[in-house]
Amino acid sequence: MTGPGVILREPSSANLAARLLARRSANAASGGEEPRAGSKPATAAVAFICFLWAVPAIGVLITSFRSLDDANSSGWWTVFTHPSKLGHLTISNYHDVIKQASLGRSFVNSLAIALPATFLPILIAAFAAYAFTFMSFPGKDTLFVVIVSLLVVPNYVALVPLLKIYGDIGIAGTFPAAWLAHIGFGMSLAVYIIRNYMATLPREVIESAKVDGASHFQTFYKLILPMSTPVLASFAIFQFLWVWNDLLVALIFVGPGEKQPLTIAVNNLIGQQGTGWELVTAGGLFSMIVPVIVFLSLQRFFVRGLTAGAVKG
Amino acid sequence: MVGNVIGAVVTVVAGIGAALLLYWIFNKFAESLPGVWEDRVKPYLYVLPAFAAIAVFLIYPTVQTIIDSFKNDDSSKFVGWKNFSTLFQSSDFLQTLYNNLLWMIVVPAVSIILGLLIAILADRLSPRSEKTAKTIVFLPMAISAVGAATVWRFMFAANPPGEAQVGLQNAIVTGLGGSPVAWMQQTTLHFNSLLLMVILLWGQVGFSMVLLSAAIKGVPTETLEAARIDGANEVQIFRRVIIPQISGTIITVFVTVLISVMKIFDIVYVMTDGNFNTNVIGVDFVNQLFTNFQNGLASAIVVILLVAVIPIVIYQIRTFKAQEA
Repeated sequence: MTGPGVILREPSSANLAARLLARRSANAASGGEEPRAGSKPATAAVAFICFLWAVPAIGVLITSFRSLDDANSSGWWTVFTHPSKLGHLTISNYHDVIKQASLGRSFVNSLAIALPATFLPILIAAFAAYAFTFMSFPGKDTLFVVIVSLLVVPNYVALVPLLKIYGDIGIAGTFPAAWLAHIGFGMSLAVYIIRNYMATLPREVIESAKVDGASHFQTFYKLILPMSTPVLASFAIFQFLWVWNDLLVALIFVGPGEKQPLTIAVNNLIGQQGTGWELVTAGGLFSMIVPVIVFLSLQRFFVRGLTAGAVKG
Repeated sequence: MVGNVIGAVVTVVAGIGAALLLYWIFNKFAESLPGVWEDRVKPYLYVLPAFAAIAVFLIYPTVQTIIDSFKNDDSSKFVGWKNFSTLFQSSDFLQTLYNNLLWMIVVPAVSIILGLLIAILADRLSPRSEKTAKTIVFLPMAISAVGAATVWRFMFAANPPGEAQVGLQNAIVTGLGGSPVAWMQQTTLHFNSLLLMVILLWGQVGFSMVLLSAAIKGVPTETLEAARIDGANEVQIFRRVIIPQISGTIITVFVTVLISVMKIFDIVYVMTDGNFNTNVIGVDFVNQLFTNFQNGLASAIVVILLVAVIPIVIYQIRTFKAQEA
């Protein structure tokens, strides 16, 4: 299963999330060990923590639907004390940020950066991981140790030299500039976790495919890729959110302007003097829609991807 | 807008198509080789693109950055250790290092303590409430630092005294009779840095919680029951039975959070840009490079960060080798 980016000390504690899930479903199947009622003090404490966690976001959510005057002259909580203000709520802030602050265009740019920057590293890493797992060749172990040792190297090292290369070949400020950077920065982690997963696949499957005359290429895409779906999905979600949420790489290799992704656009919105809170909050929330949907619908995989990849960058 | 979308789609399809084509060509090439050579060459072809990416985007730039750190501001001539001595003689940079250290001390520890606390409390809830609570705490992890900054700028917003406060913190302060505070400018005892850490923790604790919670649930119930029969109370069980069994996960979470904090950039960049004595290495690096055009100093800053992560790299390799053996 997916090994974590920071290598766990005991193999027994590896893959905790998956074990947790397995346990859950086992419990569900057997009707649970004993139905937990939930202790009262614990419930109150957790409810309080959740309240603290949610309040900042709720404030932003409400403000993004308030009119300019309301949002900047009274607190968002007053919608609860003055229900008459509920009639002022509007979706025009979203219309404004999408059109005027051109967050709509940035949304397309974010997708155009994030989708290939997710797919390409997985494709490249899967081939390499296959070779590291199922093929033997001189230098294999050394090459893999190189990958492990590069897991935590900060990508700051790459910015200046890459910018120079990009300038020389003339791709600075384009989508491929961002893809290539994300491919490079994500590669050691991707190879590492995909290889760790492939190492757990039953070897007999590969042996029998070989006996049947399948080439490595066929074994790879007909057998190993489908069998590796869990780890590919985990890494895909992790990488997609990482790229979608990235500011630094976008700022340096794509830059503000025509092709800027949402993070830069929202950052500009924050930085502009005189932008009202109703627009800042709407823009901020607009940038969160995709990651939140991805997160909520694929939480299971996301947890695994995170445990595997939180060290990246 | 439509042209924009079409352009983006064409670029995306072309990019992905080119990658698929590359592997197809590689494979055809390998298959055209005579018998033994096909098997000898193929692994390297599979590994080559991955290593090319790593070599171009990490290995070469690392070497280049180390060389640049000994050169002047436009990398035209060598200046020896000058950049490093300039940095270590600058009180601003020492303060930046100190701030980074503060982040490294506070955030991983608090993240683990809060993560453990929430995990343990949530473990005592009904399964459905537990899942909801965890989702709420975990959700901020999905959003960007820029998104989190919009949320927290709004929390910290300050209007002039006398006007209604739209920021919750100042509404509370003025509600209690105080005057509004410009939170990001409170440098006393690094209060503003601590508030920035709150933003990171808001997004980070969910990660610690999920991992630690899974570890706690993995502790065999027999060991807990045995301790109870021996008359241990809940606190003793936690300290003597649970903690030792999840220490591996605690270390993992600690190292993971530590690494991300060493490289902290976007929250500070978006909230204060390092002003009001909140500067950290990542932000200082970007500003030296893109505001001051001090290539040499910027490279030296990265090299200092690189040296600081070497112990973690060694730890990684050691643990990896122990695990493989």
